[in-house]
Amino acid sequence: MSVWTWLGSWPVLRQVTGEDRMGLGSAARSERSERLRPRTAEADRVVKSVCPYCAVGCGQNVYVRDEKVVQIEGDPDSPISRGRLCPKGSASLQLTTGPSRRDKVLYRPPHGTDWEELDLDTAMRMVADRVVRTREETWEEEYEGRRVARTLGIASLGGATLDNEENYLIKKLFTALGVIQVENQARVCHSSTVAGLGTSFGRGGATMFLQDLQNSDCIVIEGSNFAEAHPVGFQWVMEAKARGAVVIHVDPRFSRTSALADLHVPIRAGTDIAFLGAIINHVLTEEKYFHDYVLEYTNAATIVGEDFRDTEDLDGLFSGFSGEDRSYDVTSWSYDGTEVAAASGDRGQLYRSQGDPHPSTRHSGRPEQHGSGGAVIRNPPRVDRTLTDPRTVFQVLKRHYSRYTPELVEEVCGIPRDVFERVCEHLTSNSGPDRTSAFCYAVGWTQHTVGSQYIRTASILQLLLGNIGRPGGGIQALRGHASIQGSSDVPTLFDLLPGYLPMPHMQEEQDLEGYVKAAGEPLKGFWSNMDAYTVSLLKAWWGEHATVENDFLFDYLPRLSGSHSTYDTVMAQIDGVCKGYFLMGENPTVGSANSRAQRFGMAELDWLVVRDFSLIESATWWKDGPEIESGEMRTEDISTEVFFFPAAAHTEKSGTFTNTNRTLQWHDRAVQPSGDRRSDLWFMYHLGLLLRERLHGSEDPKDRPLLDLTWDYPMEEGDDPSAEAVLREINGHDAQGRPLSMYTQLRADGSTSCGCWIYCGVFKDGVNQAARKRPGREQDWIAAEWAWSWPDNRRVLYNRASADPEGHPWSERKALVWWDEESGRWSGYDVADFEPDKAPGYRPSDDARGVAALSGVDPFIMQADGKGWLYAPAGLNDGPMPTHYEPQDTPFTNPLYGHQRNPTRVLYPHELNRYHPAPDTPEASVFPYVVTTYRLTEHFTAGGMSRWTPYLSELQPEFFCEVGPELAAEEGLEHGGWATIVTARNAIEARVLVTDRMKPLRVQGRTVHQIGLPYHWGPNGYSTGDAANELMSISLDPNVHIQEVKALTAHIRPGRRPRGPERVALVEEYRDRARITERTGTED
Amino acid sequence: MTQDESPSRKGFFTDTSVCIGCKACEVACKEWNMVPEDGLDFLAMSFDNTGRLSADTWRHVAFIEQREPLGHQDSGVGRPAGEGPGPVNLGMPSFGLPGQRTGEHDEAEGGDFRWLMSSDVCKHCTSAACLDVCPTGALFRTEFDTVVVQEDICNGCGYCVPACPYGVIDRREVDGRAWKCTLCYDRLGAGMEPACAKACPTDSIQFGDVDELRERARKRVEDLHEAGVSSARLYGEDPDNGVDGTGAFFLLLDEPEVYGLPPDPVVTTRDLPSMWRHAGAAALVLLAGATAAFAGRRS
Repeated sequence: MSVWTWLGSWPVLRQVTGEDRMGLGSAARSERSERLRPRTAEADRVVKSVCPYCAVGCGQNVYVRDEKVVQIEGDPDSPISRGRLCPKGSASLQLTTGPSRRDKVLYRPPHGTDWEELDLDTAMRMVADRVVRTREETWEEEYEGRRVARTLGIASLGGATLDNEENYLIKKLFTALGVIQVENQARVCHSSTVAGLGTSFGRGGATMFLQDLQNSDCIVIEGSNFAEAHPVGFQWVMEAKARGAVVIHVDPRFSRTSALADLHVPIRAGTDIAFLGAIINHVLTEEKYFHDYVLEYTNAATIVGEDFRDTEDLDGLFSGFSGEDRSYDVTSWSYDGTEVAAASGDRGQLYRSQGDPHPSTRHSGRPEQHGSGGAVIRNPPRVDRTLTDPRTVFQVLKRHYSRYTPELVEEVCGIPRDVFERVCEHLTSNSGPDRTSAFCYAVGWTQHTVGSQYIRTASILQLLLGNIGRPGGGIQALRGHASIQGSSDVPTLFDLLPGYLPMPHMQEEQDLEGYVKAAGEPLKGFWSNMDAYTVSLLKAWWGEHATVENDFLFDYLPRLSGSHSTYDTVMAQIDGVCKGYFLMGENPTVGSANSRAQRFGMAELDWLVVRDFSLIESATWWKDGPEIESGEMRTEDISTEVFFFPAAAHTEKSGTFTNTNRTLQWHDRAVQPSGDRRSDLWFMYHLGLLLRERLHGSEDPKDRPLLDLTWDYPMEEGDDPSAEAVLREINGHDAQGRPLSMYTQLRADGSTSCGCWIYCGVFKDGVNQAARKRPGREQDWIAAEWAWSWPDNRRVLYNRASADPEGHPWSERKALVWWDEESGRWSGYDVADFEPDKAPGYRPSDDARGVAALSGVDPFIMQADGKGWLYAPAGLNDGPMPTHYEPQDTPFTNPLYGHQRNPTRVLYPHELNRYHPAPDTPEASVFPYVVTTYRLTEHFTAGGMSRWTPYLSELQPEFFCEVGPELAAEEGLEHGGWATIVTARNAIEARVLVTDRMKPLRVQGRTVHQIGLPYHWGPNGYSTGDAANELMSISLDPNVHIQEVKALTAHIRPGRRPRGPERVALVEEYRDRARITERTGTED
Repeated sequence: MTQDESPSRKGFFTDTSVCIGCKACEVACKEWNMVPEDGLDFLAMSFDNTGRLSADTWRHVAFIEQREPLGHQDSGVGRPAGEGPGPVNLGMPSFGLPGQRTGEHDEAEGGDFRWLMSSDVCKHCTSAACLDVCPTGALFRTEFDTVVVQEDICNGCGYCVPACPYGVIDRREVDGRAWKCTLCYDRLGAGMEPACAKACPTDSIQFGDVDELRERARKRVEDLHEAGVSSARLYGEDPDNGVDGTGAFFLLLDEPEVYGLPPDPVVTTRDLPSMWRHAGAAALVLLAGATAAFAGRRS
């Protein structure tokens, strides 16, 4: 340094000689300030990624220096997020690089009192050995005299936080092993969405995309805490609002979403069908429906068979109910003179007499197969286009909802009439040719014993208002995990094969033909090609082994015999049937209903494999779980072996997430994972290799599916299989190995291979379409060149309905796609969700079948009649139209019907799973308050990705309950103090937040208080607390086996909960007082 | 760099009417600036568990629950006059006998309610007392006209802490030095926007040239007034206020006190010159008196 430089850096000299005489500015600049550069500027590379938290799918830029991630921030190119991130996304640097992530494999031997370290290879070999052994010991070749070729001894849970490619390998390997109990978060979060939307429209995904909300004129957010659970997606609601849209939030709580809404409508939890049904009634009686849309695009004109009886006739039951097994024979729900291949009904009916509780397909989650293909009807129904025949769907619907009046809403939901009318006014005045309204919902709707029907109610309403398939209109199912849509599409779900093909059931589906006959062959639509989709899948899995001669190895698929959902698995664990369990990024002792039952199940396992970032509650319950504290379990007595494998983060692997828009977004690996951390792709692939090694040369037929499996992926750096190769397999190829570009190319003759037919096209032209990153600002709002959406890159489903029957937009303001006479093709902003050259005037001949039978005015191309279903003659197990039933645990009787609750709900009476007394009994007063659960912005699901993260934990450091001042006064709860919340299942404690945001409601002439519980906490991590799910019962929707955790009853009392055995005693005391027995709550 | 070559003044306009209280700003700030996590304290202050700005919190989201008969949610953005709903009376039922309530507010007619959220930050005052009192030159005014503490200079004397009229600047317990928002000085130098503004999901935090932001803010207030949100007002932007205008200013929906902001802050060093003048005058008078006394005795 020269003297002059040295002198020049002397602040005093700078002050005297420069302009900053006061020495407050440049003269005071320090050496560090002089050299200051942002660390992003010094990064070696910037890697494009996607946020791993919720399903908005915000773009991330990952800055890497010296092979370390130094910064993660929003990617301004993303048309979905526009560079923004919520607190969780903003904390993903700490999530992925923070010290709370484990990097060593841990092992707990049987009866061990602590973890031991184990090297990765040994652990992998041990797991492989256990899989082989348990599979051998629990193999079930036949069940009830029919071939099932499976094991119920092993189960897997998790997938929604993983990449599609990882889900694909999980499902593929486990299916080849005969493991059918493969489940993920989608079961407990959005399975009812698939059934509800699927039976209504033909596909189970959101009908619109988030950015399109900016075009809405009215947005109703109900059953969702949008602003808190999907903050970056909420920018599109704010955008709409800035353009003049009305935003309505219907929710038991005044949340951060309500704070930004124009109108907050408090509602009693669990009564949304009454509320929405009354809006339907209003729309019908006031003639506010979109007549032409309803007539042309829905099944309003279709005539229902004369055997059908409504709940209005049968006091809360539809025709066909059997009290014996609490299920419906749905044949009487059919259209007049048609045959339905109900996914659930008539076939199940055939086997009911056998006396087995499970053998019918009814319990096999069949309604979920409508994720991409509506329920099947086989011949053309009769119609009355005047809509006046009393047996038209239109008239049936009208009668069904005639008693759903504003007065009823007031009585059931606690919503005053004038508020209800205001909602109707906003909604109807903002729907029609020139305006559109959107519904946004999430698990506030799905997690009920009538969850699927909640979604159906909104679907009916949106169809009547003509809001489906149009810009700014639709139903946005807000999903909460990065790839929970993907883990339904490429399903780690027991009842599905990729692309919503049903898992074969042991009844009737012993060969491919029987399978296609039972689940396919609809009158019209693209579901009629399901044989091609199925064969292509079998080719993807078993390659050259699958031939016409051997039925494409359809026999290699294990068979279902009933429900094998995650809750059935828990019961099977408690019963000692299921002995081995994989947890792949899911924490059921916090996130699933009835935490206690979850742990009791795990304590009966032989072995448990947990793959996660940190030591979540589901990994350590044997050591420090609540039952250890209460003395109900002793660590030394628990024989379960536990393996903990540290997982790789999203920055450490490549792959695709499918977000809530159905958009597959590719994220690149930024750095290699350190230590023993590995991707789930790595884990599944290498587990597969080890298993094949162990069974090599086996002649046992049950091992052939595994040994013949296509399991040969090119390796990337390290020994990670190439995710891109997996995605190519999912996309599919023709006989020459050329990538396919659309599912219409799939064939049933074995000449094509495709791992998931709805994802066919993601590798169109051999290009990874999901990795396309053309900046949003360079495109219109559709942003068709950003990533890729299923199906066929269509962003608004059913968008044929955005044009009138002649093919012109309903209005200029709401133009989306239209028929271009000159080119003889559909044209517009979006890719038409229709055959591109099928003219609006096309009418099929009478004998046309399948795709050719779809007319030019059939926008719902996956439906068997091409129409949106106001009335579902098939497809659901609990009714063709939604009906208000009270929740399983409720303080109120159902004023509409003698049948109080969903008569077909699925219950599991068990010592660990007791229900509350019926509302009209004196004992009901033991649990007088309504409880609902929800998410906070600052945390994520069961906490595994937030409670260990200090920057998030400090923002919401403790589990709390929200109560209104009236309830606080009634029970003596102190603001900031502690409260104990008790149900028949368990007792938990929470800090008390007394807030005016919790409004007591007036229902049936009395006051009802509601308690809000965020469900993120558990005893492990940096921020700790009791888990709200300790309180929940396992009571399920009969269609998809989703649990009811959004509406239940409880008691609350001041002070902390008792410790040790006294906690159990407290629950016992409540049970005694409520006279709870095995029968309680199982009544109608 | 001399003042003449300086880029234009940079600042924040925080429009609290669109804040969803997500706290992305708090986290993005901490991640970028590597500000330490500062403890798990359940404060029972609505959803605010941060409490206040401090050495370890450079953005703080306040949550204010108000039971007020406001007519309708006051957060409407840019709805053109004449469209949209009029004042909404939720008409929710009320319960309980008078005096039974334990809430802070009395039962309001109509039972309407609002939940205000606002992200607070260092104001980067035009006349910044912290800067004036800093004896070491650790605090300085950057070429972006922002006020920044230089961590390599600060000796932890703490003079700046009581000097701040907003109570923003604070000393960090572990090292004693003063810390606060730098408006992401390092990012600004590279043409990047501050981390909080970049993350903000609803653009409640806007970054830019102060002149342009002021204009935008005034327009926004006008729009809100037109839409019937009469309570919207700007806070801090006025160049004639006690700190001669702030570089980070706010659109509020209520009085500043409601958000925990001082209603009429004054740069604490404003009176220093006159204090010196008075002290000097006093000294002169004393001196004159003493001189007179001596002179008198002599005479």
